[in-house]
Amino acid sequence: MSAHPRFSVLSASSLASLDHLSPAASSTRFSLPSAPSINTTLAAPKPGVRPNIYDRNINKTRTAEVSASAFAFLFSEVVQYTQKRVSGIADFERRLNTLGYRVGVRVLELMSWRNESSSKTPKREIHFLPELRSIHTQVWRAVFGKPADAIEKSMENPDEYMVIDNDPPITRSISVPRDMNQLSCSSFTAGVVEAVLDGLGFPARVTAHNTPTDAYPNRTTILIKLEKSVLEREEAFKT
Amino acid sequence: MTIFGLWVINKAGGLVYQRNFGDGLPGLTSNEYLVLAGTLHGIHAITSRLSPTGSSSGAHVIEGESFKMTIFLTATGTKFVLLTTPVEPTAEAVLQKVYEVYADAVMKNPFHTPEMPIRSEAFDTRIAALIK
Repeated sequence: MSAHPRFSVLSASSLASLDHLSPAASSTRFSLPSAPSINTTLAAPKPGVRPNIYDRNINKTRTAEVSASAFAFLFSEVVQYTQKRVSGIADFERRLNTLGYRVGVRVLELMSWRNESSSKTPKREIHFLPELRSIHTQVWRAVFGKPADAIEKSMENPDEYMVIDNDPPITRSISVPRDMNQLSCSSFTAGVVEAVLDGLGFPARVTAHNTPTDAYPNRTTILIKLEKSVLEREEAFKT
Repeated sequence: MTIFGLWVINKAGGLVYQRNFGDGLPGLTSNEYLVLAGTLHGIHAITSRLSPTGSSSGAHVIEGESFKMTIFLTATGTKFVLLTTPVEPTAEAVLQKVYEVYADAVMKNPFHTPEMPIRSEAFDTRIAALIK
């Protein structure tokens, strides 16, 4: 686990500060209710009581929406938490990316699972462009409830592709102070995209950039820089 | 029917946001605004204790010959103050909208420190769009 930096959100330095979170010390400071045991799912749910999260059908997406406001506050805390533990904007974005990666891994798994149960011929995408299109529509719809606004290919670099969102829902309420204007909190989204690509075997470096226009001040570009091996494989498919 | 200015006063009586619209108000220095906001906070504290029938919500409107001050107090003690002409039937509705914008653009913004001056571009632009 420690060999792969992605799965360890805590760096060695912040691990040291975890001491005060040990159960003995924390019981007085945080009163977390004990997590519901999985075994509770065995008992029949009481009528009129909302089923707990383990009892809900994983494939039902219609009623599984979450409050955008609640998420905005949660994400705001995520950003504040991250900001306290970083030095510099590159580090900040890398950490947000890492957190997004953990979400993306689960998004991919859940989407594959749902595809498998809904389609008779579920398939795993091995070509990059169809996968990019599915990120633009399916992944965006699963995560944000709407498709992204555009896909672009870099003119200069053949290994760079861009997914563009004119108004990313997760950063809608964030206004970055002027002295940090390089920062894009959509690095979290970049992490989600990176995890999905990684999981499907398209290793890439994904970053987020602010590209405001007059009509869309929050316009954000998710830049995908593919690894060489992916391009080589794409070439091999053609022959 | 004109809106002159908007203040946001935090729960300790500090002025965290102040903006003039049009040029109906005399220009004051930021220090003078801070003093005025602190005074208003005090007046509000007095009015909220003057009630013959139990609890009171405090002053809602302070009216003068040429202007009206509409005060909106949130559950957390933040006050929104709108300075308008005496006849401004929409003042309360505008303050409600301002509260909404404040909740969206300020409280959900991770770069805002509670009780500190509001420096958010999104808040500025949305207030400007709300009050023209």
